[in-house]
Amino acid sequence: MIKKVRPHVNQNELLLFERSSPGKRGYQLPPLDVPAVDPVSALGAQNTRAEIADFPEVSEVEAIRHFTRLSTHNYAIDLGLYPLGSCTMKYNPRVNEQVARMDGLAWAHPYQPESLAQGIMQVMATLEQMLAEIAGMDAVTLQPAAGAHGEFTGILMVRAWLQSQGHPRKKLLIPDSAHGTNPATAAMAGYAVENIQSNAMGMVDVEQLARMVDEDVAALMLTNPNTLGVFEEHITRIAGILHAKGAQLYIDGANMNALVGIARPGDFGADVMHLNLHKTFSTPHGGGGPGSGPVAVKQHLIPFLPKPRLTRRNDGWSWNYDLPQSIGRVRAFYGNVGMHIRALAYIMAHGGDGLRNATLDAVLNSNYLRVLLEPYYDLPHQAPTLHECVFSDARQARRGARTGDIAKRLIDYGFHPYTVSFPLIVPGAMMIEPTETESKAELDLFVDALISIAKEIEESPDLVLNAPHDTRTSRVDEVTAARKPILRWKPELK
Amino acid sequence: MLRVLGIDSLDHLFAHLPSEVRLNRPLNIPAGKSEYEIIDYFRARGAECAEGYASFLGAGVYRHYRPVLVDTVVSRSEFLTSYTPYQAEISQGTLTTIFEFQTMLCQLTGMEVANASMYDGSTAVPEAAMMAMRLTGRDRILVARSVHPEYREVLSTYARHQGMPVVEVDYEIETGALDASDLDKKIDGQTAAVIIQSPNFFGIVEEVRRAAGIAHRNGALLIYVFSEAVSLGLVEPPGDADIVAGELQSFAISPSYGGPFAGIIATKEKFMRQMPGRVVGETKDTRGNRAFCLTLAAREQHIRREKATSNICTNQALVALMATVFMTVYGKQGLRELAEQNLSKAHYLAQKLPLRFSGPFFNEFVVSTPSPDAINHSLLEQGIIGGLPLGRYYPELENSMLLCATEMSRRHEMDTVAQLFTP
Repeated sequence: MIKKVRPHVNQNELLLFERSSPGKRGYQLPPLDVPAVDPVSALGAQNTRAEIADFPEVSEVEAIRHFTRLSTHNYAIDLGLYPLGSCTMKYNPRVNEQVARMDGLAWAHPYQPESLAQGIMQVMATLEQMLAEIAGMDAVTLQPAAGAHGEFTGILMVRAWLQSQGHPRKKLLIPDSAHGTNPATAAMAGYAVENIQSNAMGMVDVEQLARMVDEDVAALMLTNPNTLGVFEEHITRIAGILHAKGAQLYIDGANMNALVGIARPGDFGADVMHLNLHKTFSTPHGGGGPGSGPVAVKQHLIPFLPKPRLTRRNDGWSWNYDLPQSIGRVRAFYGNVGMHIRALAYIMAHGGDGLRNATLDAVLNSNYLRVLLEPYYDLPHQAPTLHECVFSDARQARRGARTGDIAKRLIDYGFHPYTVSFPLIVPGAMMIEPTETESKAELDLFVDALISIAKEIEESPDLVLNAPHDTRTSRVDEVTAARKPILRWKPELK
Repeated sequence: MLRVLGIDSLDHLFAHLPSEVRLNRPLNIPAGKSEYEIIDYFRARGAECAEGYASFLGAGVYRHYRPVLVDTVVSRSEFLTSYTPYQAEISQGTLTTIFEFQTMLCQLTGMEVANASMYDGSTAVPEAAMMAMRLTGRDRILVARSVHPEYREVLSTYARHQGMPVVEVDYEIETGALDASDLDKKIDGQTAAVIIQSPNFFGIVEEVRRAAGIAHRNGALLIYVFSEAVSLGLVEPPGDADIVAGELQSFAISPSYGGPFAGIIATKEKFMRQMPGRVVGETKDTRGNRAFCLTLAAREQHIRREKATSNICTNQALVALMATVFMTVYGKQGLRELAEQNLSKAHYLAQKLPLRFSGPFFNEFVVSTPSPDAINHSLLEQGIIGGLPLGRYYPELENSMLLCATEMSRRHEMDTVAQLFTP
C-alpha cells in the first residue's frame, strides 16, 4: 500500500549540552607564534568574562555523529518530492555548491581593493544583466537578502520616486491571496494596506480595482501568477489602471518560475519586482535560508536603487557610492553574494532554452497532478493554473479530516506535505507545487498516496486524524509550545 | 503526460495567456554549459580575486579558520535541501540544531532568549530598534558613531519611514570609546533605545554597564551590537543590555564578499513576544517524547500580516548551522583559546604601530598614518592586503586606518606591516 517507505532504525540523539563532558574538545589550535597576552591586563578585569557556563564540550567524533544523526531526522528534496506550494522546492545542483566555495570567491573580503575583486564583481554584473533580461526590466540590485527584504527595497524605491514628484502617497493595494510578507512590508515602509478581494476565478477583480485606485494609492503589490497558480489575465489592463493614476505596479516574483522564458513582468507593465534566487534559481533552502531577493526596476526607478551600484569604468568594475537619490543601504556590503554565485551557475547550466524548458516542465508537472487529483479533491478555482494549484479539503472535511490531517498522513507515505492552509482565500487550502525536477514516477507515487488517503478518510478516518504513525516523532504539541515557551536548554536544578 | 492532460504540446499549457504578454523570442542568454565549463568559469573568476593574499582587513568581516566539519555537516542533503521546518514531525534535525543554536547564543551573550537568526548583523540592528520602539512606546533612537558605519546606514534606511528619529552619539577622541557625557546630554524621555557596539568599529571594548546605566535611568533600553562574535569567547557578556543584535560571520562563515551571513537577536524573556524572526521551542509529541517546533508564530507576518513584528520570513538557517557546528567544534575551552590567540596576535601587531586610540581593544585597532593608501599600496606589492582607510566613513580620521589580526595572521606578515610604519 505505502510504496515509498518502510520503518527503519533511526537513532535517538541527546542535545549537545547533555552529552558534554568537561575538557573535551573537537579542535586543536596551532601553537601561538607571538607572546601570549593576558586578557585581564589587556582588557581590564571588568571586561573579561568568566568561563562560558554550560557551553558544549564534545570530541570531533561526537560532534559529527550528533549532527549526522540529527540530519537523519529531517526530510529533504534529496529524499523525494517536496511539494510545498509557493516555496519552489526544486533540485539544488551540487556544482553550485562547489563553485561558491572557490577560494578566490569564498574568501573575498568586501573591502578588498576593487582591483583584486574583479572576478566576483564580474559574476555579480553578469547575474544582474541576466536577471534583467529574464524579467524584462532595465536594472537590477542584488543587495536584498531575501524575498521579503526585496519587497521592502522595492517599495522604498516606489516611495522615493513618488516623493521626488512631491508626495509619497498613503496606501498600497494588496490582494487577499497575497503572501503575508506583502502587507508586513507595506507597514515597514510606512504605508497603510487596503485589501482587494479576489473574484470567483481567483483573480484580481479589475472593476473593483479601478474603483479603488486613486491619488492616495502608491502601488499595487501583485504576485503573478498569483498564489493560486493562476495567471492574472488582465494584467496589462491592471497596469494601465495604475499608471493612469500615477501609481506603480509591484510584482512579487515568488512565482517567476512559472514564467521564465514565456513572459516577462517588464513586458506586462511591472515597474519594480523582486526575484527569489532560492526559488526560481535553485539556490538551496538550507532549512529556511539563506535566501536572496534581487530587485529589478524600470528606467524611471534606477536613480533610487540602493547604494552602492556596480559601475563599469575604463579599467574594470567599480562600486559607485555617488547616488544622491538612492534609498540608501538595505544591508551592509553588497548582498548574499554566495547565493549570487550559485544562481549564476544555475542560469549558465541551463542557458536561455534550458530555463524555458524548466518552466514548461514545472507547469506540465503541476497540471498533471491537478488532472489526476481533481476527481478526489475539491478544486475551488477552475481557472487554468501554471506551476502550482490549490485544492481544498472541502470533501474530506465532511468526514472530519482537514488539510492539516491529510498533510500529516502524507508523511507516512514518504512525502513532505504540500503547503497547508495558504492562501487564506481558500478555506482548508492544499497548495501543491511539484517543480520541474520531479519525474513522472515520483509524481505518480504522490498521486497514489493522495488517492489512497482520500479513501482512508472514507473508510477509516482515524488513520488520517492521528497521523503520522510511522515517523520517529509523532504529532507535535504546538499549542503547549506557544503557551509555555521553552526556547533554550537549561541545566536541571540539582 | 500530455495524453493525460489531453493536449498535444507543452505550449498549450500557456494558451490562456494573452498574446501581448508572451515573449516571442528566445531569452538572450547563452546556451547551457556543462559542469566542467561552469567550474572552469568560476575558477577563472576566483583567480581574478585576491587568491593567496594575506589580509589585515576586519571591519565587520573577519578571517577565521573554518573547521572542516562545518562544510561536512552543512553539505548533508538533509540540512542543505530542506525548507523552513513547518512540519515538525519530519524536521526534528533542523529544529534541534536551531534550539541548540538559540541556547548557545544565550550562553554567549548572557541573554535569556535568542531567535533562530536574522539576515545579518546590519539588518538585525534596525529590527532591534523597532523592537525597542514597540516595547517602550517611544520613537527616538540614539546610536553611537562607533557602531559599524554600514549598520548605521541600514538603520537610517529603515528608520526613515518608521517615524523614528535617529541621533548619533560621539566617541571620545582620546579613547575611541563611547562618549558617555555626550550620551547623557542627548538622551531624553522620548528615547526608546541606545545602540552601542562592542568591540566597537574601532575595535575598542565598551563599558557596557555605564551605557546601560544611562539608558535605564532615562527609561530607554540598551541595544548591544557585536560584529566580531569571537570576542564573546573572552569579553564580558552584555548582561546589562536589554537586546543584543549581532553578526555571526566570525563563526566559520566564509567572507564571501559580504554574504550570506547570519545575524541574531537575543533578549530578556519578558521581551520575547516582541522579538522578530523565527523561534524554536521545546515541546512533546503525542507519545510523550521531547520534540521541537517553530513557535510564537503569532508575532509573524504569515499570521499577523501588516501587524507583524517584522516582514522577515526566511532566516539564515544553514548559515546559523555553520555557526552551531563551529561553536560545537571549538566548545567551551576552544572558543576561549581562539579569542586569546586573536587578542595576542592583535596586540603583537599593535605594539609596533602608532595607535590612534587608547581604549582596550580585542583584535582590531586604529593606527595613525599620514597616508593609509601609500601603506596599503606597499603592502599589496608584497602580497598583503592592509587595513581599511577610515576617511570615507569618518572625515576626521582621514589619516587613520583600521587593522585586524586573527589567529590566521602570521608573525612574519605582521612584521612586514610593522616595518612600513617604522620611520
